[in-house]
Amino acid sequence: MRLAHHLAVASEWIRGDCVEANEFPDLAQRYMVMAVPKTVVNDRVSFEGAVPEAQFVDAVLRAVNGAGGAG
Amino acid sequence: MAILTERDRTAVKTELAKLAGPVKLVVFTTALGASEYTLETERLVREVAECADQVTVEILNLHIDRERAEAYGVDRVPAIVVEGARDYGIRFFGIPMGYEFTNLIDSMIVASSGTPSLAAETLERLAGLKERVHIQVFATPT
Repeated sequence: MRLAHHLAVASEWIRGDCVEANEFPDLAQRYMVMAVPKTVVNDRVSFEGAVPEAQFVDAVLRAVNGAGGAG
Repeated sequence: MAILTERDRTAVKTELAKLAGPVKLVVFTTALGASEYTLETERLVREVAECADQVTVEILNLHIDRERAEAYGVDRVPAIVVEGARDYGIRFFGIPMGYEFTNLIDSMIVASSGTPSLAAETLERLAGLKERVHIQVFATPT
């Protein structure tokens, strides 16, 4: 979570939401949240668990560069 | 009854001594049919704000302050916007308890300075970004 907020501060193009999964079951269901943390970027790229910073940035850039997909 | 214990307050005060500038916490709530989480989020935010002079709180109603909600991209409650010199895009949906409470405090500190703790390589990679990115991180309080 921390990374998402720091990335938001780093770039005016990024918004970082922390979503409490239990309070919003509709969102948890829509994004198939089975384990936390689960990160979803632009509804296109998602991954579970905490990942290193470089890998997190990979996912962000993959979401805007059109590759999409999980992982 | 207070949400934060005296011990919590002491810890929060110590952390918030690191604030480099003013921080505003904008809380979206509802007047009617507010959930226990929504009421507690408002209380929690007020208690946090009491721990540092540089922190201000604004309580908005999702259904009345519609233009503000739209501008912030907030469509559900409880929601917290953490603002520093500008709105950096930091949002919390749901009450930030447990581990997320630590993240709330951390996000306030980074918003107060506008200086993220990231690798130089990350900043270089983000420099070319020209499209909106919406990151949603799902968490639970445990």
